Amino acid sequence: MTMDARALIVCAAMSVAAGLVGCFAVMRRMTLAADAFSHVALPGIGLALVLRLNPLLGALAALLAGAVLIWAIEGKTKLSTEAITGVVFSVALAIGSLTATGEELIDALFGTPGSVTTAETLFGLVAGLAVACFIFKARDRLVVSLVSNEVAIASGIGVRSLDLAFLVAFAVTVALGMRYLGVLLMGSLIIIPATVAKRLATSIDAMFAIAIGAALASTLLGSWIAVLTHRPSGPVIVAVAGGLFFLSLLKS
Amino acid sequence: MLRGADEDQGSEAVPAIVRLNLMANEVPERQIPSQEAAVGGSVLDVNRLTVSFDHTVILADLSFTVARGASLAVIGPNGAGKTVLFRALIGAIAHEGTIRWAPGTRFGYVPQKLDIERDLPITGRDLLRAKLTIARARKEDALRALERVDLREEVLVKPIGSMSGGQFQRLLVAFALIGKPDVLLLDEPAAGVDVPGQEALNAALRRLQQEEAITTLLISHDLSVVYHYASTVLCLARQQAYLGAPQAVLTPERLSEVYGTPISFHFHDDHGR
Repeated sequence: MTMDARALIVCAAMSVAAGLVGCFAVMRRMTLAADAFSHVALPGIGLALVLRLNPLLGALAALLAGAVLIWAIEGKTKLSTEAITGVVFSVALAIGSLTATGEELIDALFGTPGSVTTAETLFGLVAGLAVACFIFKARDRLVVSLVSNEVAIASGIGVRSLDLAFLVAFAVTVALGMRYLGVLLMGSLIIIPATVAKRLATSIDAMFAIAIGAALASTLLGSWIAVLTHRPSGPVIVAVAGGLFFLSLLKS
Repeated sequence: MLRGADEDQGSEAVPAIVRLNLMANEVPERQIPSQEAAVGGSVLDVNRLTVSFDHTVILADLSFTVARGASLAVIGPNGAGKTVLFRALIGAIAHEGTIRWAPGTRFGYVPQKLDIERDLPITGRDLLRAKLTIARARKEDALRALERVDLREEVLVKPIGSMSGGQFQRLLVAFALIGKPDVLLLDEPAAGVDVPGQEALNAALRRLQQEEAITTLLISHDLSVVYHYASTVLCLARQQAYLGAPQAVLTPERLSEVYGTPISFHFHDDHGR
């Protein structure tokens, strides 16, 4: 069997969420911050391993705490999300490497192919749906606030709470990819398909569609190639996504 | 939404500002000889507004009132705090003093030239649709707004980054108009727009002001536009602020003093406003 139904569900949920969240991460010019942000999961994973909890729980908790921390620092200072994430990420990486070592940590970083438990499937499904619902519900507010913060405020949009909600959606999306891609590579699945979509699309709906399509194609095709070639799935998926990006460069 | 505006119909010619405190230190408070705005007829009440960034005072102790239906022009040299004043008015930055909008006031804000990436996949239609949802307005509102700024619907399929400066600014005005605002705040809407684009934009703004009772607050460097279309001028300078009717504020002496260099500005008063 190449892929069981559960893995397929987790893959699909992860791809849809990553594609959608990625669109706004790319348009808000927080791509590098986005990539670095996924590393915030590390101390949580380490701590969960020490406490013998599911690493996914630890990762999710750390990511959510990271989102709130970044948001709070952003509100207090004039620093950019990029700079703050840079600081939070390196500190998290340092703490993470202190709290945990070993094979399980490597798994969390690069993903673990193989069978997926019912709980993991359920989390993937619920989290993926929640993120997709949030993006579709908040898309208009997100669009206006990325065009101009002031215009958004004057239109009655609660910009600060919207920022927090987006960071939380981002954190959940990274956690979503931990099982299959690992947190290190999940950043790539968020950024690359959305970048492809930004190159090809000329409207927001088209961007959503292309980003989701590219993310799904990368994960499904990547997983299949990984099984055929007996390679870990995460790196193959990211390689496929990278291939799509280079293809998108053909468009003048 | 209910608005308490209707009892104040005929006051559009009343100068917007009744009082302005100058910097607290030396200059005494100056009363503008004008009709006091009717009680309850003001849409905006600013009292002792002070804004500072990192201990640098940008706006100090500024007080003024804007009557419903008035058109207030804000002028002054670069760095005088014009944009900061607008950002404070819409609630985007922290400030001291009070800013009171009439209850239920809805405003539309048109920012200074925005830097939009050329390849951002957001079309004019995406942007207007977003505003329709946020303002809970209907599609006809958007069509009407487009008509009022004289923007053709075909332009909306273009990504906003690839529109001409004039098209994009008019799109932003249309965006601001959706949701029936009582007040429009325009921050140099014609900056960076070529001459035909500026003319189209100014014509659109003039129509809005004449045909609807929208209160407008306009930041502009174009003194002839200010002279002809504003009922009151607020002139911000580093040391002081002046306000009054255009004829009173836009004098060569005052302008030289404010801009720190002689300015020859000749008005043609034959137009009548």
